[in-house]
Parts: sequence; C-alpha cells; structure tokens
Amino acid sequence: MKTLRTLFVATTALCATTAAFAADLEVTHWWTSGGEAAAVGELAKAFDARTDHHWVDGAIAGSGSTARPIMISRITGGDPMAATQFNHGRQAEELVEAGLMRDLTDIAEAGKWREVINPPSLLDACTVDGKVYCAPLNIHSWQWLWLSHKAYADAGVPVPTNWDEFVAAAPALEAAGIVPMAMGKQGWQQSGAFNVMMISLLPKEIFLQVYGDKDADVAAGADVARIFKAAADARAMASNSNVQDWNQATNLVITGKAGGQIMGDWAQGEFQVAEMTAGEDYTCLPGLGVNRTLQAGGDAFYFPVLKDAETTAAQGELAALLLDPEVQVAFNLKKGSLPVRGDVDLAAANDCMKKGLDILATGDAIPDFNQLVSSDTRVQIEDLFVEFFADASMTPEAAQERFAAIIADAD
Amino acid sequence: MADTAVHPAASSEPRGPKPRKKLSRNNIIIYGTLLVVAFYYLLPLYVMVVTSLKGMPEIRLGNIFSPPVEITFEPWVKAWSQACTGLNCDGLSRGFWNSIRITVPSVIVSIVIASVNGYALANWKFKGADAFFTILIFGAFIPYQVMLYPIVIMLREIGLYGTLWGLVIVHTIFGMPILTLLFRNYFTSLPEELFKAARVDGAGFWRIYFQIMLPMSLPIFVVAMILQVTGIWNDFLFGVVYTKPDLYPMTVQLNNIVNSVQGVKEYNVNMAATLLTGLVPLVIYFVSGKLFVRGIAAGAVKG
Amino acid sequence: MSSERPNGLFRNIPAKVAAIPMIITALVVFMGGSLWTMAYSLTKSKLLPKWKFVGLDQYERLWSTKRWVVSIENLFIYGVCMLIASFVIGFILAALMDQKIRFENTFRTIILYPFALSFIVTGLVWQWILNPEFGIQSIIRGLGFTSFEFDPLYNADIAIYGILIAGLWQGTGLIMVLMLAGLRGIDQEIWKAAKVDGIPTWKTYLFIVIPMMRPVFITTLVLVAASIVKVYDLIVAQTGGGPGISTEMPAKYVYDYMFGGQNLGQGFAASTMMLLAVLVVVIPWAYLEFGGKKRG
Repeated sequence: MKTLRTLFVATTALCATTAAFAADLEVTHWWTSGGEAAAVGELAKAFDARTDHHWVDGAIAGSGSTARPIMISRITGGDPMAATQFNHGRQAEELVEAGLMRDLTDIAEAGKWREVINPPSLLDACTVDGKVYCAPLNIHSWQWLWLSHKAYADAGVPVPTNWDEFVAAAPALEAAGIVPMAMGKQGWQQSGAFNVMMISLLPKEIFLQVYGDKDADVAAGADVARIFKAAADARAMASNSNVQDWNQATNLVITGKAGGQIMGDWAQGEFQVAEMTAGEDYTCLPGLGVNRTLQAGGDAFYFPVLKDAETTAAQGELAALLLDPEVQVAFNLKKGSLPVRGDVDLAAANDCMKKGLDILATGDAIPDFNQLVSSDTRVQIEDLFVEFFADASMTPEAAQERFAAIIADAD
Repeated sequence: MADTAVHPAASSEPRGPKPRKKLSRNNIIIYGTLLVVAFYYLLPLYVMVVTSLKGMPEIRLGNIFSPPVEITFEPWVKAWSQACTGLNCDGLSRGFWNSIRITVPSVIVSIVIASVNGYALANWKFKGADAFFTILIFGAFIPYQVMLYPIVIMLREIGLYGTLWGLVIVHTIFGMPILTLLFRNYFTSLPEELFKAARVDGAGFWRIYFQIMLPMSLPIFVVAMILQVTGIWNDFLFGVVYTKPDLYPMTVQLNNIVNSVQGVKEYNVNMAATLLTGLVPLVIYFVSGKLFVRGIAAGAVKG
Repeated sequence: MSSERPNGLFRNIPAKVAAIPMIITALVVFMGGSLWTMAYSLTKSKLLPKWKFVGLDQYERLWSTKRWVVSIENLFIYGVCMLIASFVIGFILAALMDQKIRFENTFRTIILYPFALSFIVTGLVWQWILNPEFGIQSIIRGLGFTSFEFDPLYNADIAIYGILIAGLWQGTGLIMVLMLAGLRGIDQEIWKAAKVDGIPTWKTYLFIVIPMMRPVFITTLVLVAASIVKVYDLIVAQTGGGPGISTEMPAKYVYDYMFGGQNLGQGFAASTMMLLAVLVVVIPWAYLEFGGKKRG
C-alpha cells in the first residue's frame, strides 16, 4: 500500500514536470457498440497524438434515458465533464440558455465552420442568438429503404425500385413465407418509419409545415391521411416481424427472412459486418425510391463551461480538432455516417454512402426531426405509433386525429 | 432446557417450531414442495449458465435449454477482463474495487444509522417521532428518479457532489425508510420485559442497544445486510450520477456490456457478466445465512 | 414502550441525538423533495426546473393521455396480484424453511439468489423462457401437446401476467427471508404451549403466530408496496412496455417524460399523482398505528 502510494505520487510528479500544460479531458458519450467505439477511438487517438492533452473516456451505454440524466446532473451539479455528446437539435437549448455551455464562436470563426459545414442547417442547430455552442460531428439520415435480394429471388419477384412496388410485392413474399417488411417494436423505429414515409411520399413542404410550423390543419389534412394509410400498409406488412431491436430487424433483411426495412443509414454498418455488397446482395433506396430528399441530423459535441483555464484551452483544441478534415474522414468511415464538411474526399465510401453524399451535394437536405420538434413532442408521437403498430384495430383515421392533436399542442 | 430430550442436537442446529414426530408423509410434502419451488427458481439460472458457456454460433440456433455442445469459458474471460466500455477494454474488473469501496461504507453506515433509528423509535419514543417516521415511510414510495436533481443540488450545496462520501450519504438516505421500519418493527416485537428490566438496572440508551438489542437481532441484521448489499452493489443510477468516472461502480460496465444499443448482442457475455456481478451478493447470502439461527430470542428471555 | 413525560424536551436526549440523521432525512430530503416536486409540477419546466407557472395544465394533459390511464390500470392489476401472491408464497416458503429441514441454507440461497441479479438480464432470460418459439411453449409442444399455448409476452391481454411471473421470481426470496426472520423471533414457548393444548399446526400459524408477526408483516407490506409502485427496470428489460402499451407502468411514464421527453413538468405531475396515491394509504395507516391508542 505504501509503495503504491509512493509510486502514485512519483508518477503524478513526473507528469506534472514533463507536460506542464497537459490536461485530462473527460469526454462522455453513448457510443459503446463495436463500430461506434472504433469511431470514438479515432477521435481519442487524434486528440492524444496531436495535442499535449489526454482523452479520458466516459462512455455510458444507452442513449436518451440512461445517459442524458447523468450528463445533465453532472453539468448542473457544478462538476461537469469537459465535453459531451448530444444529438444536436433542441435537446441542449436550455443548458445553453442557462449559461452552462461554452461559447465556441471564436473557434468556429477561426475554423471557418460557416463556410465548410454542409448542409448549413447542422451549424444552425448549434447556433443560439448568433453564437455557436456545439461542434457538429457527422450526418445521419433516416430516409432509406433496405432491400434483401435473396428474399425477392426466393419469392420470384424483381427487387422493388420504389415504395409502391415494395407494397405491391408483399403478397408474393408472404406466399413464399417471407415477412414483407421487418420492423422493430420500439416507438422510435415506428415513428421514424412514419416520418420517412411523410418526407419521401409527399412534397417536403408538407413535412416542414407539420413539424416546422406545427400546423395542425395540415396534420389533419388529406395529404397526411395518405401517409397514415401507407403506415397501415406497413403495419400489415410488418405484422409477422417479431423482433424488438432495429438491428435484429436488419438481420432479418440480411438473412433474407424479410423483404425490406425502413431504417437510417446506420443500418449500413450491419450489412458491412455481414460482408454484403450494395447492389449485389442488397439494395438501398434513399427517399424510398421516390423523393430524393434527405434529412440531415446527427451527433454533436457540447462543451460545458469549466472553471479551470488550462482545461478550457484544451477544450478549444478538441473542438477545433473535431472538424479537422482528416479526423472527419477517419471518424465517419468507422461510424458509417457522412462527414459534416462538404469539402473532404470520401473515396473509401461505398455505394450507398455515395448516393447519400450526392443528394447532400445537390442541396436537397432538410433539417432533422430533432431540430424541429422538442423531445416532449417526439416522445408523444412515439407513444402514438407504438400503439398504432401494435393494435391492428386502430384505424388510420383515429391515429391521425390523435396525431393532429399532438401537433396542435406542440411547441 | 426441557426439550433437549426431543432435540438432542439443539444447541447448534436450527430448532423446529414445535416438537414433531418424524412423519415421512410430512417430509415428502415439505421436500417435494421445496424441490418444485427450487426448480422454478433455478430454471432461469440454468439458462443463464448454459448460455454463458456457449459460443455465439450455438446460441443463434435458438435452443435455450440445450446444454452446450462445446463448453467455452471465453465469455466469462471477456466479461471480466476484455469487454469494452467505450475505449476502456478491461471488462468488469475495472469497476470491481470501486464497487467494494462504495458498498462497504454505504452498507455499514446505512445499517448503523437505521438500526439506531429503529431502536429509538421502538423503545425511546420522543415527541414528534411518529410524524418523522410517517414521513420516512412515505419516502419509501418516492420514485428515485424524481429525487435525482434535488439531491444533486443538496450535495452541491454541502460540497460533497462527486465524492465517495456524497454517494454514501445518498445510499444511506434511500435505504433509511425500509431499514428503519425493519428495525423498528423487529425491536417492537421483542419481549418488552427485557428492555424494562435493563432500565430498572440503570442501563442507558447505548448500553441497552449494544448489550441487549444487538445480540438478539442477528436475523434482522442479516435481512438488512442482504437488502443493502444487493441494493447498493447493483445500483447503477446513483453511482453514475453522483460520482465521477474514476469512482464508477462495476454496474456501469455491466450496463455498458448488456445495454449497448447497437451492434451484435453477445448474449453469452451478457449472461456471464450478470452472473459475475451477482457473485458478491450471492456469497454474502450464503455466508450470512449461518447467522439465521433460531431461538436467540427465546434463549435471551430465559437468560 | 416508554411514553413521554411532561418535560419531554430534555428527556431521552441520547435518543433524540441518535435520531438527528433520520429527522434531517425526513424533513429536508423527503418532505422538501416532495414539496419541491409538487411545486414544479405546476410549471412548464422542460430540461431544467424553471419557475414558469402554468397551473394545472400538466395534470390536464396527464389524465387525457391514454398511456397514463393504461399505466394506472396495469399498476393496479400487477399490484394486487403481486401483493397477494408474494405474501402467500413468501410465508409458505418461510414456514417450510422453519421446519428444521436439511440443507436450509442451500434452499434459502436458491430462493433468494434472483434478488442479486440485475433486472436487465433477468428480463432478458424470462423473455426467452416465455418466448413461444424457443421457450416453454416449444418444449411442451415437443412433448406431443401440439395445441399447447403459452405466450404471455406476445399477447397484449395477458402480457402483464408474464411480468408478474418474473417479478415473483425476483422478489419472493426477500419476502421469504423477512418472514423467516419474523418466525425466528417467535418465542419457542408459544409452540410448546400450542402443542400442549393440542392446537393443530395450521391453526397455530393462522391464529397465534401470524398475529404475533404483525410488525414483520407491516415491514413486508411497505417493502412490497414500495417496490410495486416503483416498478420500472423489470418492464424496460422484459417488454419495454409492449406489446403496444399493454405493460406500461406509471414509474416508466415518469422516467420517460422526465428524461426521454425532457418534460420535467409532466414527469413531476405524474409523480405527484403517484405520491398523492401513496399519501391516501400512508396517512390512514399512520393514524391507526399512532393516533388512536397509546400502547405500552
């Protein structure tokens, strides 16, 4: 015990003398799966190598309900971590307003974030009253339909190229004992699929009116009614999909037990792990093969206000590093997401990622759901769709009525 | 004692509730029931152990009851020393000592305070005691999550936020309602004459507590210990909200292993990690069970 | 018990000093915390508690939310079943343990061990065992009973009972131990006297032993009731509230809206409703326990 303590004192002394300005930065995040951890590893490696500081990893599995209260408690308890992951959007608004988050405007200006970040809505989501409070890290989009070539070959029908063909092919798949559509039984997956249909099957203005302007009349109108009908189709097609998690559902598509799945671009990683090739073993249809519109959401890092000047300086170095072109490429290739900079070369990207980059380059991106509605509204909508997808006796009309009421109350 | 003839080995063995003839029919019913019950309780354990000894390909076959064709200890090794929490790939071992550092003082402090509370409430009622006690019982029903932020503020104000002792206080507070109730009711049910006799002898508050109450209350201390060791050892929320990463208990790693949102779920590692985390309370249950000796109260009455 | 004398303030000084932690906890943490929660349930606090008064809006919304109403119903069904079943099973097991059996330590540990395991995996294992495709149903069908049906977690009407099976498995061990501690506190002489009088065993239990164990029963009751009201992890691990919203519980609603939905006001309103319901039970109990009579 005594020797241990001496050793400890000695090492601390050593550290203190060799690197006078080295700071330990504690970074919390909820990236704990294999691919995610590898992506974070790239950030940590770059940070440790390029600065004098050291990345202290504080990973907490389970996003939202598990990690978030911990992060908020730490920040309000006056003993914050140096940096923390948050979905950008409206989640951290209040922490910013309460003055608990560090203003990154000087770093953003030095790094010309305004010019390099594409789509610009990502930086807008970080901006409150003209000041930048977070560093966007990557882009994820939801609007993808993943199709199994094996399933359609087994059923003897061609692989669909859009949503209508997908629905039309369902009876053939069912006859062959294949589940037409895989879907996990969790609210975020179900409401996510609904939103994808709304963006992809209707003009994007309608989506923006419903969620952006919170227009309850549009939400109760005939266009959205079509989407509820489509959701009822999806419910019938997914009625035999007996899985909970999204990746279990993706696995049904990979193994050919299900025809297709609506899921974000993170599903890509699962196909990669299963060593499947886009275009040969599976097909990805952005915008359900109908509208070439993607919603750009993603992750961002926030930096709580710290008392210590040295750690604050180190924070700034980390923020700048996150937007570095090399770091962006290294991180996003591991994560399976798209870089937030329009000017980096992603030659190593695969077929589906390139389709996504293409759409973003032509500028047809709209803000993410999380940037438009509050978490409160999001959870209410998730609750509604959990009920809708579990209960075949709930009519699309009844669901739409409740949906419109939620939109009317939304803030 | 009068019943030594009926129970020749009564001194160390648990003694029966009443002298009973050894009817084999009775024994069949008792042991039969216990075996059926044991089956119900052991079935999930069996599934866990068997799963933790299989490789992932075998688990995907989907037969959860079949014994492993090829036994592998890989999942156990992985759960203990290799599973990754973000960038730290040293499994559960990382938080093990922290869990001990948290559990030992928390269990001791919470039981000491609650047993004294219970004793004061049962034997030394003072004015207003009932009201405080009622509020305490009410406190047992408050969902922990609701108290997260208020407690953050309280700990911040007394300067203990983020420290080990802050966490010990939190565990003591949340253990207090049930434990106080436990001790109060147990002390109330002890024969009152003992307490009165000691008072007549001039013994004070602490002397009666240590010399009369403590020795008579082993079973209830065991129950309290079981309750606290399990609760605190398995606690995740408080450990992670009120401390810092260098103090994170083992359950943080357990959560990260079993609760990863994405990627392939390694069920065998999950099961091994759960069993490993449960080992400490299990050992405590088994060892402390010896203290469950019957007849303490009766023996003390006769002194 | 020693009832207080007129000059109460300076009597029992050591007892009062010893009770200081309890008094602080009761007043500051539990009372203070509850009042704070109730106050902020009247605001539209989102991510952080903020004093933006909105009256009873949060309660109006709460009671017009179907998920909350379903949660209350579920809590009621689960609570009643859990209370009855865990008391009966716990007491019978404790009585069996008390029969001077061999391997008492082993049996006790077997029944108690589920209490030591994390809910996350407990839920997962029961999910497997109750899964119709590879759990109990498939085993029994494999034995030739092809029409056997047992899929509680996949049928919205009975899913709550699937939770109950796992909840009992996890919780009865502790109840058994508590009851056992109570039984062991019973004076040996009682049994001998009952035996001499020729009272049958079951009558001795029912009319003599159980009434003597009243304090232990109350402890157990509070313990079980508190764990029922707070049930959260088990649901999350086993069904996530599904199928649909058929196994949602109030504590989950509180948690989901406080942290998932970042609507503290709504979460506080829901927890205030839970606390009020508890008060409705605790206050009459306290009155019965302390109010009417002075014992001792």
